[in-house]
Amino acid sequence: MSNANIKVADHGPVRKVEVKKDLQRIEVPQEQIKYANLLLYGAWSGIVILAVTFFMYMSGFMKAFIHPSLMPQYWGMKVSDYLHATNAPHGWTWLKMTGYGDFVNFIGISLLGLLTIGGYLILLPAYLKKKDKAYVAIVITEIVVLSVAASGILGVSGH
Amino acid sequence: MFQSIFNSIVDGCNILSASAAGSQAGQAAATAAAAGGSGTPWWMWPLLLFAATFIMGILAVLAGVGGAVLYTPIIGSFFPFHLDFVRGAGLIVALAGALAAGPGLLKLNLANLRLALPVALIASTFSILGAFMGLALPTNVVQMAMGITIIAIAFLFIVAKNNEFPRVGEPDKLTAALGISGSYYEPSVGKKIDWTVWRTPQGFLMFCGIGTIAGMFGLGAGWANVPVLNMLMGAPLKVAVGSSKFLLSITDTSAAWVYLNQGAVLPIIAVPSVLGIMMGSFVGVRLLAGAKPKMVKYLVIVMLLFAGIRSLLKGFGI
Repeated sequence: MSNANIKVADHGPVRKVEVKKDLQRIEVPQEQIKYANLLLYGAWSGIVILAVTFFMYMSGFMKAFIHPSLMPQYWGMKVSDYLHATNAPHGWTWLKMTGYGDFVNFIGISLLGLLTIGGYLILLPAYLKKKDKAYVAIVITEIVVLSVAASGILGVSGH
Repeated sequence: MFQSIFNSIVDGCNILSASAAGSQAGQAAATAAAAGGSGTPWWMWPLLLFAATFIMGILAVLAGVGGAVLYTPIIGSFFPFHLDFVRGAGLIVALAGALAAGPGLLKLNLANLRLALPVALIASTFSILGAFMGLALPTNVVQMAMGITIIAIAFLFIVAKNNEFPRVGEPDKLTAALGISGSYYEPSVGKKIDWTVWRTPQGFLMFCGIGTIAGMFGLGAGWANVPVLNMLMGAPLKVAVGSSKFLLSITDTSAAWVYLNQGAVLPIIAVPSVLGIMMGSFVGVRLLAGAKPKMVKYLVIVMLLFAGIRSLLKGFGI
């Protein structure tokens, strides 16, 4: 074993100027900054949307498919029993039901779930440009994995 | 103060949900009884959930753990919700927290894409598998397995000794081929730290299991990511923590979609939980300077052990 992974730059006494130089020398790839900005705006938009839509649901401002006061009858059931008992939609069917206060909440949740795919779509052109074959393959495979998971084609018919 | 508030809430939930927790077979009927028969108005549950997750958010920050590792076992054990919905909400909680933390970590290069992307691919693929396993297995089996996992995590928190700057040997061929290395500015020494990792194949293998567990129990996986990245693969602790938090946003995305598409995400459970944990985290960050992290960590370990044992007993129908 060696301590190869700690290569501390030998600058002598630390001064503000040197700290700035060090910070400048830490290169953060442009695509990483773009990914970070997407997460910043996307995540907080999703959370704000969740707060607003949840208020609309709970306050009765929007009509609910299942009124919140009835939920205690269902939230103790296994998901398959809950779907059977309520005939609630699953998969992406909720998109047709955004007029209901409970299903409008899925807009914010889905936005959170889609952000990572968006981030990978930002990374892909950058790795293609760098001809970084390994990471191009990793990014494409991850986009496929996340898209398959998000699409609901895996096992939605199970109920 | 927070401990007593939390204990009061947990005690309250414990009493109110006792009938719901009594048996798996009669859980649905018992839950309705708990909600109606106890005289608890329905709107109290989201409020209690918000209060409990707010305190969890504070404790999680002070103890340096992810919120979801507390969320799923505690809410699953002390609230009248079915474990399917708790796990679905737990993944949304972990996802929201990871997405919100991501930008800062990426901009400071503490979340490193060259390290996180390959690991995330493995973990997210296996988390889909774990999510389907969790939804397919009988509830009592999942409850027992989760209890055992939570107790193991509590012991991991006791024995794990993370290393700020672990020593690494020669990078293996896989590390070299993927070019996993990076640098970040370390203010405590006022210098730039260059780092790489080793034992990458072994690390990748571990992430197959971590992803499966994350998806199956809706736990998030920071508790396992950090030791593997830091102690096994040799990433500096800050890079391990930062990359772990970032890769949770990917791992939990795939599992969360499975739960969402299967109908296992109820807004009345998931949304107050996300809002409570996020707001608690903000308060936690402000309290961090004056807190005693060791005391909080011991409190979290006790809570995990308690929730783990409770989950195990529920699995046995006790």
